Amino acid sequence: MMASPKKRIFLKSLVTSGVVAGLHPIAALAQLRVEISGMGANQIPIAIGQFWDDPAGDNQVTAIIAADLQRSGLFRVVPSSDLVRETGAVDDAVWRSKGADALLGGSLTQADGRTEIRYRLHDTAKAVTLTSSGLKVNPQFIRLAAHRVADDVYEKLTGIRGPFATRIAYVARSGNEYRLEIADSDGENAFTAFRDTEPVISPAWSPDGSKVAYVSFNLKKPVVYVQELATRQRIAVANFKGSNSAPAWSPDGRRLAIALSRDGLTQIHTVNADGTDLRRVATSNAIDTEPCFSPAGDTIYFTSDRSGSPQIYRMTPSGGEVRRVTFNGSYNISPAISPDGKLLSYISRRDGRFQVYVLDLANGQETRLSDGPRDESPSFAPNSRYIMYASESAGRAHLAVVAVDGSSSYTLNAKASKIREPAWGPFTK
Amino acid sequence: MNGVKTLVSIIAFTLLGACSTVKLNEKAPPVEDRNSASSVPAPAPAPSSGRTSEVSPSSASAVDPLNDPSNILYKRSVYFDYDQYTVKEEFSALVEAHGKYLAANPDRKVTIQGNTDERGGSEYNLALGQKRAEAVRRAMALAGARDSQMEAVSFGKEKPKAMGSDEAAWMENRRADIMY
Repeated sequence: MMASPKKRIFLKSLVTSGVVAGLHPIAALAQLRVEISGMGANQIPIAIGQFWDDPAGDNQVTAIIAADLQRSGLFRVVPSSDLVRETGAVDDAVWRSKGADALLGGSLTQADGRTEIRYRLHDTAKAVTLTSSGLKVNPQFIRLAAHRVADDVYEKLTGIRGPFATRIAYVARSGNEYRLEIADSDGENAFTAFRDTEPVISPAWSPDGSKVAYVSFNLKKPVVYVQELATRQRIAVANFKGSNSAPAWSPDGRRLAIALSRDGLTQIHTVNADGTDLRRVATSNAIDTEPCFSPAGDTIYFTSDRSGSPQIYRMTPSGGEVRRVTFNGSYNISPAISPDGKLLSYISRRDGRFQVYVLDLANGQETRLSDGPRDESPSFAPNSRYIMYASESAGRAHLAVVAVDGSSSYTLNAKASKIREPAWGPFTK
Repeated sequence: MNGVKTLVSIIAFTLLGACSTVKLNEKAPPVEDRNSASSVPAPAPAPSSGRTSEVSPSSASAVDPLNDPSNILYKRSVYFDYDQYTVKEEFSALVEAHGKYLAANPDRKVTIQGNTDERGGSEYNLALGQKRAEAVRRAMALAGARDSQMEAVSFGKEKPKAMGSDEAAWMENRRADIMY
């Protein structure tokens, strides 16, 4: 299978179009002035100077960093065409007068076929350097390096680990071709991991980011595969009689929870990631599907229609202590648990519309985060602050990302493809 | 009406029993596994009994009941209501006829493919389609078909026969197909 040429997903930023006010005020660790804009977003104004020797083009480091921070909804990038490097004195008063509470500058240096990015983040209010660092990469990883700089800035100014140097998986469809694609979190550097004329659904990242489990219909029925991304080698981990679907990794990456219909109704099982040691987890007289492990691995959330309509339940990985989790509305599906274990996201049908909701597991507060007529497949960013989901309306299918407090959102669109079934990958080292 | 259909079925079984080496045409139009707007190439016929000779309906001396438009076995689609998975009364004769056909023809096998309309999530719809296929499978088992002759699978909402987002398309897609 040939790697596809580089494709680009078009980003459309809809910052501060949120539907709810902030549940989680941003901790302004660096004591920066907080600007309120839009629907209650607290955006940190940051000036990003043009890095020295940063050639213009698709891989311009300064532009990648600025786009990451702007898209996150937590920053307002103060425009600057000044060249600013990581050394020398900073005239704080000048930058403050431009409305910037922070200033990022840097430079690129080429040596031995590698590129070194050096950068400095400066607090213009307190006149102190927040971080001064650098990284050296091979040319093909220049975008990844830029995302890592953005991650560092994000973390230094918000106290939250940055989500940019991560990858996403999704299914693109053009005509009769289905492609499982892997892209950077900003939709760039997409490549096709699997291509077929039969549908592909439910990609799920292994915790270490090296593999993706998914469901393919290439055998004229749903079969669960695990594919190693680096080698493209894949194995069928569940190809039993009936339908095999809904893979979810255990936090240690050793087992998968899956939904099998081999005994009749769709029921939750677990299996080793190599397909051995299949065990049935629980037995009900209803549909049980869409398992999802809690980050600690001590709970499986899942969808069941045992009450007569689909609702989200939880149980232990051995099938004990089953408890219903969702009670509002008559159709709640597709549970996703935030990596910090605090939030449960799902799709709820209310008044005929399928939308993304988030439930605070500590206080039971439920918030609607999307307003589409047909939203699907919520997936948390590894820093637990964003949810990516599939959205379809008027025949267009794209991905959308919303902050868990609803304060900002953006969409990812592909030219000439319908994209759906997103899964946000884990942090990488 | 049901009595007539049953009688036709019985005659058909008898005829088929008399010419059991005739391979049935797998590509009868009504049961073709079509994808979007018929732009997907029709899949190759699934191997069923391992026979290699194929006789088209027009050249067969006896009419294959599966290919005889006047036979209830010609119909292989069971339709369901929204969010429902019980075989409706109007399809019980059809399902029973296929169950009896399998009982009388132990070398035949079927895949029962459940489908749903486009509304809702992929995985829940997959399970819903499975529940529909399973309901048909159980009804056919009651009529005498063996477990080894049947596999119930689901396409969920992934392979809609009817495109479009209106009630007519949704009705067409809430369906289980009995595929020989």
